[in-house]
Amino acid sequence: MLTIFYIFAALSVFGALGVLFLKNPIHCALSLVGTFFCLGSIYVMLNAEFVAVIQVLIYAGAIMVLFLFVLMLLSSSDTEMSSNKWTAGKILAGLLSLGIFVQIAYLFTGNELKLGTKGEYPIEVVEEIGSIALIGRLLFTDYILSFEIIVILLLVAVIGAVVIAKRKFH
Amino acid sequence: MIPIEHILLLSVLLFTIGVLGVMLRRNVIVIFMSIELMLNAVNLSFVTFSRSLDSMTGVVFIFFIIVVAAAEAVVGLSIILSIYRTRKSLNIEEFNLLKW
Repeated sequence: MLTIFYIFAALSVFGALGVLFLKNPIHCALSLVGTFFCLGSIYVMLNAEFVAVIQVLIYAGAIMVLFLFVLMLLSSSDTEMSSNKWTAGKILAGLLSLGIFVQIAYLFTGNELKLGTKGEYPIEVVEEIGSIALIGRLLFTDYILSFEIIVILLLVAVIGAVVIAKRKFH
Repeated sequence: MIPIEHILLLSVLLFTIGVLGVMLRRNVIVIFMSIELMLNAVNLSFVTFSRSLDSMTGVVFIFFIIVVAAAEAVVGLSIILSIYRTRKSLNIEEFNLLKW
């Protein structure tokens, strides 16, 4: 179990580094799909089957296909990052993200986060009811208002996308 | 059982790579992909905390995060499409009309 987790973790970091360093944006998108698949299998190991399924269906399927579609629609001929020299901006960006990494990692490995109160759904209850049934029940009882709002958000996004992409600017 | 520190470190690592991608890359669509990567790193930490605290709230939140990410991707890509029509470029340095 632990070895499989490390393999998938290494593969997902590898795919993320591919997004960072590959020159061709289409290769970036394909390596991001690999990262999403590895994250999906880590979700399965964490007993979150529903998240794993929507990760693969929506992220790796729908969203990345949309990205690839737009990338192939626009001829991405302009080469970027042609200069591999270390400018001051790049060094600053590296230092800044190193600071972010150290801060969040320090917070996450500290002891404060493990003191939270336990919820009412331990793994036995989840396995008994079923993870997807439990999420559905929660979505339609406790989180029904958020669910309705997210439906309106999706509708607005669809209409907005059509209007923005269709309009001709002069 | 996987120790939760390791999963959280993986999530922080993916988030940092996403931040680096946003700051270093110049192609708008690659920057967008880095933002998706950061959203996924946050999702991973949500699942981890949800599992370790015996709660389902994190998993329900991920549902909402993924819907928002899908909406954001659709609207963002259509904005990029319509900018490309006027500028004929994907380089973010050339989108400087609103830059101070």
